[in-house]
Amino acid sequence: MMLRKIPPLGNMKKNRRWALIAAYFFLALFVIFFLFPPFYMIVTSFKTNEEMSSLKGIPFIINQEPTLSHYKNLLTETLFPTYFKNTVMVTLCTVALSMTISILAAYSLARMRFWGSSLLATGVFLTYLVPETLLFIPLFKVVGALGLLNSKWALVLVFPTLAVPFCTWIMIGYFASIPKELDEAAVMDGANWYQMLFRVFIPVAMPGIIAATIFAFTVSWAGFLYPLAFIYSNEELVLTVGTVTTLIRGDVMHWGGLMAGAILAAAPPVIIYAFLMDYYISGLTAGAVKN
Amino acid sequence: MSQPAAHKQAIKSEKRKEAEPVPSKFRMLIRRKSTLAFLLCIPLLALIFGLIVYPFFYSIVLSMLNKKETRFEGFANFLFLFNRDTFWMVVRQSFLFTLTAVFFKALIGFIMAHLIDVLPSKRQRLWRGLALIPWVMPPALSTLGWWWLFEPSYSAINWILQGLFGVSVPWLSDTFWARFSVILVNIWFGSPFFMIMYLAALKSVSADLYEAASIDGASAWQKLIYITIPMLRNIIAITMLFSTIVTFANFDIVRVLTQGGPRHTTHLFGTYSFTLGIQGGDIPLGAAVSLFMFPILALLAFFILRNVRQRVREI
Repeated sequence: MMLRKIPPLGNMKKNRRWALIAAYFFLALFVIFFLFPPFYMIVTSFKTNEEMSSLKGIPFIINQEPTLSHYKNLLTETLFPTYFKNTVMVTLCTVALSMTISILAAYSLARMRFWGSSLLATGVFLTYLVPETLLFIPLFKVVGALGLLNSKWALVLVFPTLAVPFCTWIMIGYFASIPKELDEAAVMDGANWYQMLFRVFIPVAMPGIIAATIFAFTVSWAGFLYPLAFIYSNEELVLTVGTVTTLIRGDVMHWGGLMAGAILAAAPPVIIYAFLMDYYISGLTAGAVKN
Repeated sequence: MSQPAAHKQAIKSEKRKEAEPVPSKFRMLIRRKSTLAFLLCIPLLALIFGLIVYPFFYSIVLSMLNKKETRFEGFANFLFLFNRDTFWMVVRQSFLFTLTAVFFKALIGFIMAHLIDVLPSKRQRLWRGLALIPWVMPPALSTLGWWWLFEPSYSAINWILQGLFGVSVPWLSDTFWARFSVILVNIWFGSPFFMIMYLAALKSVSADLYEAASIDGASAWQKLIYITIPMLRNIIAITMLFSTIVTFANFDIVRVLTQGGPRHTTHLFGTYSFTLGIQGGDIPLGAAVSLFMFPILALLAFFILRNVRQRVREI
């Protein structure tokens, strides 16, 4: 009689079902909140200006004939294609540069020792915590002194400061988790350091490299403050700043074109994420969980 | 975690005894490689010192010059800021923005992680994937979408409010609502990150603990208070500290949504510094504003480092 009453099994099953239904219900609410803005952006980009200014019908569905004119206009009448090209070039260079620096350093810090190497590993982590808003003003002067002001190549110089610390940090974690027996075997086979790096470490740590590459890509693609501060002529602008500053026009109904631009500019990171979600998430959690 | 590692270590040391020449050759190779190790780190060191450490000290020097950067003026810029009401408003708004946003991001992320954890595991992927989309979009661009949503007369939010309650809210032109809006967008953008971190941490809590608690008749609430939260304490702390830094140093959302307005009331350190330094052309004053972030960032970084080190020791 002193025993606590254990609920009958059927009751528990029923409770479980209700818990599941409640979970789906509340999740659906949250997901509506999370997805409504991008959804509304897409809908707006297909609406005619007449429909938007008429104020008739429900705003978040397309009531009249959908139109591609905003996209057509964006690709033919504006500098959007130039921005896209600039962003692709800057991002490719940033990723290549950041990954080279990070992989070399992480390989060294994970396996070899030199005076101050553990201090450097901590330093890498600390620099990851330095936000861009702290450094954009002195970097403005540095970029100016190098004669790179108003050039997209300035971004290739400064974006790695945002990507490299995190990439190095997670690559140290991935490299350190490779069993030492593997390097010993490689040394016995007479491999030198770069053979070891390219034949053993990089192939084995591929998931980490993909995660770090995605991170570098995202940082560079989404970068906003540095291009906003360092670049002012239209031909050199990148997607984020170009969309925000030049597609907003004085006349009333610029929303369709603006949303079309924002959707096209945001698409590549979202597409990459859709295909490589697991790597993306492992990279995200590795920063704090690993090491 | 530590047991298999120790086991491996034991096997390794046994091997060493058997085959002495290999490890010593290996160790010698490593010793010779300390120069190489340093060389491999040179690009990283150049980056850190050239583009992070040097600019930081340079910014201290800059903040002590006059507007034309011709004369050293000591703390004049800082004193100037201390006497400006706008500056103190930026300070207050930065703290309000950060504390409110981080609190709600952590709360929503925590609730969502738990909701997703309830689902059967093959469904989790889809929901997690959908919920992370705000985090994946470049914030400057998704904020443009919010900017359009907040548009008072042609857009969706006020249309809904008009239909339900017959009111229109001046989202971005009224101080209170503008502050509300920038915080809301930040919560929207940042809570998926918390969700992912918590979800990963939830998976690492052993199911045996919950089973044992169920057998003892613990309620779901008790399991949350006595198992989940203590087990997740460290990851909650790290995630919140990380997010506090990022939120405190935010730029994109405020810049795109309100540009700091109306009347500077939504400015954060970053956007205010940009307005004064780059737009207003007073580089030293802008540098001084952004340097005010440093003590707070340093304090947060100190706690993060301590937490991360603790975690390493636990593993």
